[in-house]
Amino acid sequence: MADSLTLDEFLARVAAFSAEARPAIAAADSADALEGVRAKYLGRNHGWLKDLSAALGQLPKEARGAAGKAFNDARTDVEGALETRQASLAPSSAGVALADPTMPARHAWRGAVHPVSQVIDEVVAIFRELGFTVALGPEAESPWYNFGSLNFPADHPAMDLHDTLYISDDVVLRTHTSPVQVRTLQSYPPPIRVLIPGNVHRRDPFDPSHAPTFAQIEGLVVDEGISFADLKATLTHFANRFFGSTKTRFRPSYFPFTEPSAEMDVLCGVCKGSGCGVCKQSGWVEILGSGLVHPAVLESAGVDSERYSGWAFGMGPARTALARHGIPDIRLLYDSDVRFLDQFAR
Amino acid sequence: MNVSHEWLGAFVPHGLPAERVRDLITAHVATVEGFERTRAELAPFVVGQVVASERIPDTRLSFNKVDDGTGTLLEVVCGAPNVTVGAKYPFARTGTTMPAGFVIEKKKIRGFTSNGMLCSARELGLGDDHDGIYALDTEAPVGTPLLSVLPLADTRLVLDVLPNRPDLLSHLGVARELAALTGTTVRLPEELPAAAAVTPVRGAASASAGGVRVTLADSADCGRYCAVIIRGLKVGPSPDWLRRRVESVGGRSINNVVDATNYLLHGFGQPVHAFDLATLGGGAIGVRRAAAGESLTTLDGAARTLDASVLVIADASVPVALAGLMGGKATEVTECTTDVLLEVATFAPRVVRGGRRKLGMSTDASYRYERGIDDAAVESNARIAAALIVAVAGGEVAAMASVGTDPAARASVAVAATKVSRLLGDAVGPEESAALLRAIGFATTVDGDRVTATPPSWRHDVARDVDLVEDIARLRGFDRLPDALTAARLGTVPDHPLYTLGVRVRNALVADGLLEVRPLPYRAGAERPLVRVRNPLGEDEPFLRDSILDTLARRAEHNLARMQGNVRIFEIGTAFLPGDGASVKEAIHVGALVMGARRPPHFTESEPPAFDAWDAKALAERMVHAAWPASRVELKPAEAPALWSALVDGTARGVVTPVALDAPVWASAAFGVELTLGKMPARPPAARGAHEYERTGGADRSTTPARYVPLPTTPAAEFDLALVVPDAVSAAAVEKTLRGVSGEMLESLLLFDEYRGDKVPAGTRSLAWRLTFRHPERTLRDKEIEGRRAQLLKTLEKELNVRARTT
Repeated sequence: MADSLTLDEFLARVAAFSAEARPAIAAADSADALEGVRAKYLGRNHGWLKDLSAALGQLPKEARGAAGKAFNDARTDVEGALETRQASLAPSSAGVALADPTMPARHAWRGAVHPVSQVIDEVVAIFRELGFTVALGPEAESPWYNFGSLNFPADHPAMDLHDTLYISDDVVLRTHTSPVQVRTLQSYPPPIRVLIPGNVHRRDPFDPSHAPTFAQIEGLVVDEGISFADLKATLTHFANRFFGSTKTRFRPSYFPFTEPSAEMDVLCGVCKGSGCGVCKQSGWVEILGSGLVHPAVLESAGVDSERYSGWAFGMGPARTALARHGIPDIRLLYDSDVRFLDQFAR
Repeated sequence: MNVSHEWLGAFVPHGLPAERVRDLITAHVATVEGFERTRAELAPFVVGQVVASERIPDTRLSFNKVDDGTGTLLEVVCGAPNVTVGAKYPFARTGTTMPAGFVIEKKKIRGFTSNGMLCSARELGLGDDHDGIYALDTEAPVGTPLLSVLPLADTRLVLDVLPNRPDLLSHLGVARELAALTGTTVRLPEELPAAAAVTPVRGAASASAGGVRVTLADSADCGRYCAVIIRGLKVGPSPDWLRRRVESVGGRSINNVVDATNYLLHGFGQPVHAFDLATLGGGAIGVRRAAAGESLTTLDGAARTLDASVLVIADASVPVALAGLMGGKATEVTECTTDVLLEVATFAPRVVRGGRRKLGMSTDASYRYERGIDDAAVESNARIAAALIVAVAGGEVAAMASVGTDPAARASVAVAATKVSRLLGDAVGPEESAALLRAIGFATTVDGDRVTATPPSWRHDVARDVDLVEDIARLRGFDRLPDALTAARLGTVPDHPLYTLGVRVRNALVADGLLEVRPLPYRAGAERPLVRVRNPLGEDEPFLRDSILDTLARRAEHNLARMQGNVRIFEIGTAFLPGDGASVKEAIHVGALVMGARRPPHFTESEPPAFDAWDAKALAERMVHAAWPASRVELKPAEAPALWSALVDGTARGVVTPVALDAPVWASAAFGVELTLGKMPARPPAARGAHEYERTGGADRSTTPARYVPLPTTPAAEFDLALVVPDAVSAAAVEKTLRGVSGEMLESLLLFDEYRGDKVPAGTRSLAWRLTFRHPERTLRDKEIEGRRAQLLKTLEKELNVRARTT
């Protein structure tokens, strides 16, 4: 078989290839038809091009240079024509005709921010408008930061509200984000306007409304002349923004690290105050704890408590997430079931 | 704390409906978190009068005509023996639901129609009396609701009393606040007899009275111990009013003596214990620490082993009660008791708390002692208790011993009215402040701007000026404070770098279709050292995680157990590593785990491809670029089982790895990425003003803006290189050579094909790259391209034994 083909014969075949392929390409009136033409002339496994390249090997050695060039030129030419035609047939918004446009779209997976993180994000966004920034701190804390610096009386029933997980005598898992108040006050001079999101840990077994680890977000403001009226104004503004226009009320409460202390309720979103199952017939839903920073806390951090005053608040975003989405059991927030998480994609 | 609206009214003539009391207490004192109508089931019952009655022959029944005020006399059949014409009884009309649950219907009995029911006390749930129907001693007209005739209707308010206000753990305490809020004063309930007029035998450490010697071992443990001897009483049922009081706060009536002690507990916040005097040995009672090895069987039947941390009440030889906690079984008041020793005392909060924790028990008494009772009221409470017991159980007060020392006078606290105004943001004058404090028992003096206040003996939470501010603020009302936003100075604290970095990573992963999770950080043990919780919630997971991927793996298994095989989850959270000694090293990590379908199913493909190692590698690069936008990332092949180690600007920051799961056979392989975003130092900052939190090198880079590269104005030239690459030569090595040889004009390098099989020599594979070249100012000539191609092949062959593929 070798040397059985002359250069002229080969060139004739190349010319025929071009002559046949180009009109066929031009005649193809759909992407599918064009693909058929491509396979016929340029297909790797069978087709004209494969035959030609096999034929190239049958030429005498001295003829192969000229033949190769002709072959490549023809191929480039046909490929170019194919690409041009492909471009003209490419789907455009004007020319697409779907057989059944009611068929479903092709989606990628949806991602989702965890519902608790969504609440934190919204809280941060609202307070950012008021000039707050975000501070963080460690979860493994010293008892001093977690209790002592925050004016917890030693060996007192107030400690019973914080059932603590111990790593050692010197290290506890923080039971609230408030230690970061002291850390922040130690690190920066007033004015202070920060939010402190983070996980906290208590020795509370799981039940439908309690979890051993849960998120808190708290805020701290310290400056000269800060008053309870500032607290009330800022938190009421927050509640209005977060829940839509709503009424708030402040109830006296107790936290070792604030004095006076108050809890803020908003009007129950379900019954608008007339009393229902959601608000346990009270007409109000508890949102956050707050108060003026206890001077002992400022003093723990080395801040002059006569010159400066401040206020702080803390809330549990999980409670808000459960309420706003109608989630009946807090454990759903921890299970990480993809079907649950996917419901909160936005 | 359960508060009876009716009992509260006995202490303070507030005259307010329960709803108003609830709202006032919640707004100014403590949250009322429960609001329950008691006896609400009796609301439909009315006063009915029997106007005619006749026996039904051969039965014990009577046929009566009852006037229920509706204008029509009703025919009612009754089985009670005591029906009296003219008398008034509780009457249930047809349709009324009885407390037992059944509904009164019109029915025929022995040929007589009955249109309702005359009720006995037991049928109304008002006691055990079923001897006959309940005759009402009332002038009220027929048809009057029964609840307005009998003092039965009540509302129970459940107060959330916080640890700083133990004085609110009694009706008297709540009444004081209500009196202040309504401008009234508290009084002793009229139902109580005059306090016993006994003269106590006093002593600092001991005293004898009525043949009993009372001793205190340590005044630091017990401030005052009153022992009242009552002789000749008769234990029996309580009168109705006392029974009602006990039941109104959710208690159960036991007997007259015990009910009287509970009256003092809930009415006055004073725990009282009654011993059967005959069971106390040696004519002595004392307060002392238990000796190691002593034991006591308490009222609940539990045998308790004691030591010196537990304060006990002892007779001449053995403990008879746990001080402030619970009485002993052997000295309990029984039906046979005739003489009692009444203990009315105050114990140190700390020692009661210690004993409570040591013995793992809590009682109404310990709850109050731990928080602090009114230690100046012990003697007067003892007289009230003694008189009450004599009034309901008979007998007489024989003697009273009162041993102890008077509490130190309360230190006064001063506050400037200007400071009150400044802290509240509203003008509050000194006289207004003083008046508010006086109303709840403070003794006050006003000197110009300065208010000096001495707290009453029942308040233990007033030590500083801000404590006065709190009382002023709440009594005055938070609702009166202004709430208009005013301008504030900006803060000095920048965002924590790990927060902004975490948000960027999270947003990138969510955009990539991953789901954020927030699981618990606990785990089981491992080969390597982990941080252990000393008192974990469960012994199955007592350790804190050092890797987020471990947590995600368990969460993936949770999904697989629920037949969810397409898992794509991530978490940004804390990892804990053991530090020096007992310290803990903390870092914020991000972990992501993917397995199963790479995208949702769609009719255009039979089955979506599954996530594989290359997806995980891409995820790692995405995460790094999101965290540190302008950094150089290199994924370096790592030791098995890990796939790659992620180097960010040369520093190892994480890993890409297959994740081993306890998975069913149908599950796809799982892949994970974990990066350390930054450390969270435990050490407090050294000096104010310096940001001592670690700023990661990467975090600073996040602020480095990307440099603009001019858009091309010249055409690109590209060609493909199909190469036969020995297995020992990595793609990265080939690319390094390609880049090195190509020079600056190489715009991009794309590895687009890999082939392994019999068309290439054994020990090799075919890899194909597309190289794109561009000159910034002119069109590249074919020759230049060809030259480069030849040079590339030559160098590849020489350096790496890589040749062009010819087959």
